[in-house]
Amino acid sequence: MERVDEADLVDRLRAGDETAFAELLREYHPSLLRLARLFVSTSAVAEDVVQETWLGVLKGIDRFEGRSSLKTWIFRILANTAKTRAQREARSIPFSALEDAEGNFEPAVERARFTGAGHWAAPPHEWPEERLLGAETRSVIARAIEELPPAQRAVVSLRDVEGWSADEVRNALDLSETNQRVLLQRGRAKVRRALEQYLTEDT
Amino acid sequence: MSIGIAHMSCRELVERVTSYFENALTVEDRLRFEHHLSGCEHCTTYLEQMRRTIELTGTLRVEDVSPQAEATLLQVFRDWSGH
Repeated sequence: MERVDEADLVDRLRAGDETAFAELLREYHPSLLRLARLFVSTSAVAEDVVQETWLGVLKGIDRFEGRSSLKTWIFRILANTAKTRAQREARSIPFSALEDAEGNFEPAVERARFTGAGHWAAPPHEWPEERLLGAETRSVIARAIEELPPAQRAVVSLRDVEGWSADEVRNALDLSETNQRVLLQRGRAKVRRALEQYLTEDT
Repeated sequence: MSIGIAHMSCRELVERVTSYFENALTVEDRLRFEHHLSGCEHCTTYLEQMRRTIELTGTLRVEDVSPQAEATLLQVFRDWSGH
């Protein structure tokens, strides 16, 4: 959503224009749900958190100054709401685990597939296009993302599923530039591996 | 190497794909990356697979608000705007 449209949207919201709110819902509600789900334990709680977020948006809209984009502002409200709720749930959250970028090195490709000198010993084979475009491929990817460690899952979901920019993700999840990139690299590499496994197994 | 760029191995290249996509490599590393790629069909295949992976991941996006959630939230809006 462009900044210019945003200013207009904010004005209409303040004026109580319901269609403006409906537009915002269509634009951000699915992404908000997805992000909320990364913080709390069940879909029901996530829906609650998102509803509370929208209420926070409405209550705060008069104070919104447009220093950040509306999107960034809304997702900050979500993150705060979700964190508070997660604490109440006494669930220890992925986001303490966001540090795991610093943790053990996880190679993108199994070490055994390279020679001692670092050349491919077992190189990747080209993927069969027809199978790649098959309906099942998407569920293979979805499952691979579900199985990622929480911080990697959050970054891959926001960057590659939702299409957020690196800066938007860093702001929402409070990550350094390097950590954001390391988490993305590791998550993507695992999704690629899952695809490779699926595409090269016998049918 | 004739143009004086230190060698990048396949094993190193696969770790740097995201940095490459994000334009986060130093000028020198970018040159090493691209130099390696131009002579290595396996790494070219790997890079292409990462591209496809990202592209296909993007098709998972859920676009719709459930009608029930929309109805609930529009009611929230009405209550708020009628304050």
